[in-house]
Amino acid sequence: MTFDEQIEHYRQIIDDVTFPTVKEWKAKHQGGKVVGMFPVYTPYELPHAAGMLPVGVLGAGGRIEIDHADSRIQSFVCSIARSTLELGLRDMVKDFDALWFTSICDVARNLSGVWQSNFPHQQVSYIHFPQNMTSPAAAIHYRTELKKLLGNLESLTGKKVSDADLAASINTYNRNRELCSQLYAVKRTTPWLLATYEAYVLLRIGTLIPVEEHTRILEEVIPQIGLRARQPRDYVRVMIEGSFCEQPPLELLQVLEDAGCYIVDDDLLMHTRWFHSNVEVNGDPLMALAQNYIGNSTYSSVRHYGNKPRKEEFVKKIRSGNIDGVIFSAPKFCEPALLDYVVLKDECEKQGIAYLAFEYEEKMGVFESIRTQVETFVESVMFFS
Amino acid sequence: MTEDKFKYQGVGREYQKELLTAWYDRVQSAHDNGRKVAYLFVPGNIAEFLRVFDFELVFPEVNALQCGVRKTSGNLILKAEDVGYSPDVCGYVKNDIGMMLAGNIGPSGHQMPKPDLLLCTYCGCTTFIKWFEALAHYYDVPLVMLDVPYLRSGTLEAEDRQYIVAQLMELAGVCEKITGKKYDHDKLVEITKHSAEAEDLWVQILHSAKHRPSPFDSYFEAVFFMAPIYVLRGLPECTSYYREAMKEIQERIDHGIGPIPEEKFRVVIEGPPPWPHFRSFWELLKKWGVCAVASSYSKVGGFWDHGFRHDPSRPLESIADYCLTCYTNLNLAMRTDLLHNYVEEYSADAIIIHSVKSCRSFSVGQADMREQFIRKWDIPTLLIESDLADPRYFQVAQLRNRIDAFFESLEHKRLVNA
Repeated sequence: MTFDEQIEHYRQIIDDVTFPTVKEWKAKHQGGKVVGMFPVYTPYELPHAAGMLPVGVLGAGGRIEIDHADSRIQSFVCSIARSTLELGLRDMVKDFDALWFTSICDVARNLSGVWQSNFPHQQVSYIHFPQNMTSPAAAIHYRTELKKLLGNLESLTGKKVSDADLAASINTYNRNRELCSQLYAVKRTTPWLLATYEAYVLLRIGTLIPVEEHTRILEEVIPQIGLRARQPRDYVRVMIEGSFCEQPPLELLQVLEDAGCYIVDDDLLMHTRWFHSNVEVNGDPLMALAQNYIGNSTYSSVRHYGNKPRKEEFVKKIRSGNIDGVIFSAPKFCEPALLDYVVLKDECEKQGIAYLAFEYEEKMGVFESIRTQVETFVESVMFFS
Repeated sequence: MTEDKFKYQGVGREYQKELLTAWYDRVQSAHDNGRKVAYLFVPGNIAEFLRVFDFELVFPEVNALQCGVRKTSGNLILKAEDVGYSPDVCGYVKNDIGMMLAGNIGPSGHQMPKPDLLLCTYCGCTTFIKWFEALAHYYDVPLVMLDVPYLRSGTLEAEDRQYIVAQLMELAGVCEKITGKKYDHDKLVEITKHSAEAEDLWVQILHSAKHRPSPFDSYFEAVFFMAPIYVLRGLPECTSYYREAMKEIQERIDHGIGPIPEEKFRVVIEGPPPWPHFRSFWELLKKWGVCAVASSYSKVGGFWDHGFRHDPSRPLESIADYCLTCYTNLNLAMRTDLLHNYVEEYSADAIIIHSVKSCRSFSVGQADMREQFIRKWDIPTLLIESDLADPRYFQVAQLRNRIDAFFESLEHKRLVNA
């Protein structure tokens, strides 16, 4: 398959809300267990070490009607929560043996309870991520949390997971993160060679297949990107902020690019490059994951940053990426993104960084007004900055 | 209730007002009096611990709710929206930030001092973190986090308690630096004794609603009666308040009177009140003779029903337990079971869920809870929506229709079954 054919092929798999890759994997691995991972970051290494398939459960992206979830979740809640529950209520997640939700926001937290009450046959785990980044007790506590999660998985498989298994999985994911970061390096240095839409598809497919397979795909496609016959255009370099949980419609990403933006950085599918560098295991692998969460994670609206304000990291990312402007693109009703927006746009104003803000929803189908806004933004950055 | 035979009626409200005014006076003059100011949240608040260092305490949520009651929240929310806050985010946050932008004059007209410590107790609400991160941005004050794990397994885990105790000991160092006062364990023991005493009395008041008729409305009255237990806990006047308030309740029991002339329906209420329309909401229910005999909101900051008390023999551990077990930190299954148990314990006829847009921590899952109350336990349940701070979301005609239809059907059922 050519590069473009591969993207199209993966796009079709991503668009299929029936999780065909899970069915395939289960058919090949008799008795194999699948764990669904709600965004933003989850320690994929654990189910991998337990011989399971971790799979991203990231909503339905507007591809199903919300018929049943409305009676369980109010209208003022983000679409990813509603469509994820709808997938469950339509039996589309029935092949999953467990689901993981994390302390990213109150909606995701309570969704774990709603899930447990509606699907008692599935094992639901809620992960408390440490929020006190200055306490030495935080890593110890989070290590205990990881140990409990591992225990939950072991109870499903009936097999113990050894430290060697965990260390091997950590290395496997290190390699995968390196490649995902390489894709982003391509976006930063030669954005005309790789559209964000394409990068997104290449990362998103990784949430649906075994990590080894995804690593192999990336190893194959990354060298091809440099060979593409594409010329640079007179586009502005922008960064997307706020799209870290609910997935924006792919058409939206395409509209931004068509309107004259190179999206050279973003916070899409952050789990694929959550750590700044490889997780080094010297001894206890769970402690290594815990310490890296506290000291080596990317900045995010769903992770408290200790005494160092997040806005400093935000500006650093803008400056180091040579970015002309920020596009705050938040899902409707997403409190972490919408609350952070005010603090971050204040910083943009202080630092003279151009920005544009809008909200999106999974079901969004018309992008003309956003296209006009982005075109105006691009012109203002190009001619007046 | 104003006849001579009643000596204590109105004490609960009047004494509370007096104490809160005195508290706001102390907060306003804190810096002039050489006292440091800590901002913190109500749920799982560690007032006892901060009192060791003589901090004056400011609770932004209490300011926000009082602005709601005094009907100033609408304009403050708009002020926050003017600087970029979305119409869809928490109204308390916007009320607080709007108030700050307008000069930080509190709901009672007091000038709010700048915080010396922003202590974010991450206790059942993720928005708390965003809220205090924003305050750290505006005030340029460091934010200290007290990370409280959610009761995700349905029980209090020893490692969660240890984690909080370890953080408290680290916090002691921060507080010493800010105030110049040393951590004094004996002082903490004394403070927790006051807390436990007040907590005993508060629980007696809450349990009084088991009487028929209930002498006390556990929602519409409790929200006033509970203020001292959350903002003044650990001080002697808090205990003295509950001693007096209990006299009022006892007098009501002795005379067989309650908050409404004739109790017709006993309900359990889940969710925070619509503060800007508090009276109207109460009136919509009063006309049906509804008395709330139990509520979750009165446990929003702390939960004593199952015997928890601050414990002078293990003060730090008990503070940790307090943080862990406040209502907002209970998982959905625990909340559902609790409300179901209240129906039995307090002989309630129905559950009313007041779902507020501002607070996803409360509201996400409530529709699912309703399904369970109705299908699993056959408890008539009404779910209505508005907001706790934003007056724009209170649609009185729509609420009246829903409430009237619900109680009409309950009344009809009663007649048919009679």
